[in-house]
Amino acid sequence: MNAGSKNASGADLAPEVLRVQGLTVSVRTETGDRSLVEDLSFTLRRGETLAIAGESGSGKSITALAIMGLLPPPAVRVTAGSIHLGDSDLTRLPEAQLRSLRGSRIAMIFQEPMTSLNPVLSIGTQLTESIRAHTSVSRTEARTMALAALQAVRLSQPEQRLNQYPHELSGGMRQRVMIAMALALRPEVLIADEPTTALDVTVQREVLDLLRDLQREFGTAIILITHDMGVVAEMADRVIAMKTGRAEEEGSTAQIFAQPKMPYTQDLLAAVPRMGKGKPRAETGTDTIARLQDVVVRFPLKGGLLGRATAQVHAVEHVSFEIRRGETFALVGESGCGKSTIAKAMVGLVPHQGTIEIAGQSLASLDTAGRKALRRRIQIVFQDPMAALNPRMTVGQLIAEPLLIHGLCTAAEQRARAADLMQRVGLTTDQLDRYPHEFSGGQRQRICIARALALQPDLIIADESVSALDVSVQARVLELLQILQREFGIAFLFISHDMAVVENISDRVAVMFLGQIVETGSRAQIFGNPQHPYTRRLIEAVPVPDPTCIRTASPRLSGEVASPVHPFGKGPKRLVLVDIGSGHLVAASP
Amino acid sequence: MAGYILRRLIQSALILLGVAFVTFFLLFVLPADPVRQIAGRSATAETVENIRQQLGLDKPFLVQFFRYLGGLVQGDLGRSYLQKSEVSLLIASRLPATLLLMVAAIFCELAIGLSMGITAALRRDRFTDQALMLTSFVTVSAPQFVVSLLMLYVFAVKLGWFPIGGYGTFRHLVLPAITLGILGSGWYSRMMRSSMIDVMRTDYIRTARAKGLTRARVVLGHALPNAILPIIAMIGIDIGVFMGGIVVVESVFGWPGIGQLAWQAIQRIDIPIIMGVTLVSAAAIVLGNLLADLIVPFIDPRIRLR
Repeated sequence: MNAGSKNASGADLAPEVLRVQGLTVSVRTETGDRSLVEDLSFTLRRGETLAIAGESGSGKSITALAIMGLLPPPAVRVTAGSIHLGDSDLTRLPEAQLRSLRGSRIAMIFQEPMTSLNPVLSIGTQLTESIRAHTSVSRTEARTMALAALQAVRLSQPEQRLNQYPHELSGGMRQRVMIAMALALRPEVLIADEPTTALDVTVQREVLDLLRDLQREFGTAIILITHDMGVVAEMADRVIAMKTGRAEEEGSTAQIFAQPKMPYTQDLLAAVPRMGKGKPRAETGTDTIARLQDVVVRFPLKGGLLGRATAQVHAVEHVSFEIRRGETFALVGESGCGKSTIAKAMVGLVPHQGTIEIAGQSLASLDTAGRKALRRRIQIVFQDPMAALNPRMTVGQLIAEPLLIHGLCTAAEQRARAADLMQRVGLTTDQLDRYPHEFSGGQRQRICIARALALQPDLIIADESVSALDVSVQARVLELLQILQREFGIAFLFISHDMAVVENISDRVAVMFLGQIVETGSRAQIFGNPQHPYTRRLIEAVPVPDPTCIRTASPRLSGEVASPVHPFGKGPKRLVLVDIGSGHLVAASP
Repeated sequence: MAGYILRRLIQSALILLGVAFVTFFLLFVLPADPVRQIAGRSATAETVENIRQQLGLDKPFLVQFFRYLGGLVQGDLGRSYLQKSEVSLLIASRLPATLLLMVAAIFCELAIGLSMGITAALRRDRFTDQALMLTSFVTVSAPQFVVSLLMLYVFAVKLGWFPIGGYGTFRHLVLPAITLGILGSGWYSRMMRSSMIDVMRTDYIRTARAKGLTRARVVLGHALPNAILPIIAMIGIDIGVFMGGIVVVESVFGWPGIGQLAWQAIQRIDIPIIMGVTLVSAAAIVLGNLLADLIVPFIDPRIRLR
């Protein structure tokens, strides 16, 4: 389907539903008002999708909250401009009238489906209460409408879902419930704030398809807030690129992607990782730094009268691979597939069966001192740099801490080494005595990388290390990793769910599904000749940042994903990997 | 569920055994002599020895303890040294009064504490919030007997709205219950305030507001059930602190409960009563905690008891 031309001609004729003029939102600070959004104007027509794209802090979410009238009072408020929905100016309506519009004429869905539903209320209650808040229908009628809404979002077993609670549903199912709730009363405007950012790529594809289908059916106008230019290209008719509260550029999707005028938009587009754009990489050695043979990790689930384990989570099942010195080995798969558990097992944070050898030494054979020594050779960089840095230590102390723990060099030498590492990762030495909160997200991740480098390890495990970063920051951090790899000959185990990033930086790739590897091989083999259906689905699901790209409709996933939990004594069927030529291993189809 | 309760009850029995041992040991090493209390100042050394042998207090510690334990498993809490009556009967006659006061007081405590906490959270950093938190600070730090006497003086002696002391009618209950309620409300209001502030910041509250629900529905229907979860666990733990407060309040208001019984027994080192009251209080605390844990799954569907 060609998203770029979709509605493009019809949208001009469609009636206007929302008009934002000169919108300015300010926050009151000790030094006076500071504007978060400045002089923003746009119109939205029926059935149209307007994307507001930009990096974190660009004011896109604040704009959404301003339209909803949900800005956090009293500090943040609209200081100028108007927001017209039909004839009424939302910035001047009293709260009671604004409330009657929310949920009925303007609805919103949020980024985090895991936390956006109330955990103690059933799905049915949460759906019916929003229906009953705006219409005078009976409880039974509201329930019928709720059921219809769940059917509209193609949720399996809708009757049963009404009685379930949010924790019993997966992330993708919860986001469907959010969409059902938002669209139950057929609002004119739907604001979708990063609706698929927290979802797996195949689930993202389904949710995007769903939004587009419902929009066509109901004629809803959508404001899509996202940082992902791939999603923009697939969904939007028009785009506003925002930077620090201002609209940098506005235009039709085709125009923005083909001829971006402003440097900011150009940079934004250039930074997006694209499939098929990976540069050829230098040959790596054949010397093995890490070897996993038949690694199994299972976690017991307790139950019954005496609290004995009755079932097991089969997190990792018979996984074998090697990482060679100086190469980047990528482990890809969706949430819950066991990729992070492998990382934890490799540094000895979870017990495992099978063999894990780091630099020729088996983890299982080592005593405490041996393990500590081994940890010098293998370091981890985690996803959330803010959570990984102790807020009460200075950056200098944080970077030098591994040296302190392993009792290496004097205090003065440690500080000199920390200063050197700061420069290596592109920070300045005068920032050594600052605390983590004084840095931006990208800078914090650089600090984490510097800390991992302190012990000059042979292997760095990067567990979703760039996933939380803005695309432009992500591109720079990836570049840094590659420079460091060339300089120090470090091997990377790169764990990611993002196929485009993996395609750009890896030498070899393993695809995981439900604890097992389904396909592994060189980057060219996996991306050029994907054999396993799951690998293909992962690759096809990635949104392409090009509105002219015509996507072949992928078959919709039927049923729910299988569970990794099995009763004691039972387990998943073990997949057998078959070599289909020069090290390209594929699980034999069942 | 049944398995869970059974497991918890077995645990409770072990806890009570531990409490019995520690209390018995502390009373054993206490420098005061219970026999002197029974015999009186003028008794001869011979009389004292006789009483000591009669009560078995001349035996080694472990013998005494296991003899007491032997009675305990048969439901025998022993005889009071001074009141010449079965301890179990003494406690049974006073337990209803204490339970009544306890239920009324916990109700007051929660009504005062939770409404203060919710109001403060919703009016955060404004005058109402600061005034309420100052009040809660005063109630937390004020000594129990001072507040009790003050309430008694103002509302019973000066204003004469309530009887000065005693037991029997609803009017007798009001002052001690409200006094205990005020004393305990400070903790609850502070806990509730911070819990409510946390919940009001969550994504699902934003969702509820985005749905266009009324403020009352957002606060009472969405925020309250989530904010109250940590408070329920606290009620279970709080019964312990509460039993301490009840001793003082019952004595001041002349409320014939086990707190008063304990107060008299401690002054005269009446070991069987002290042991009995301690075990009953400990049982109340343990069962209160179990009850709190059993209530939580009804509010929070994520919690399953195994």
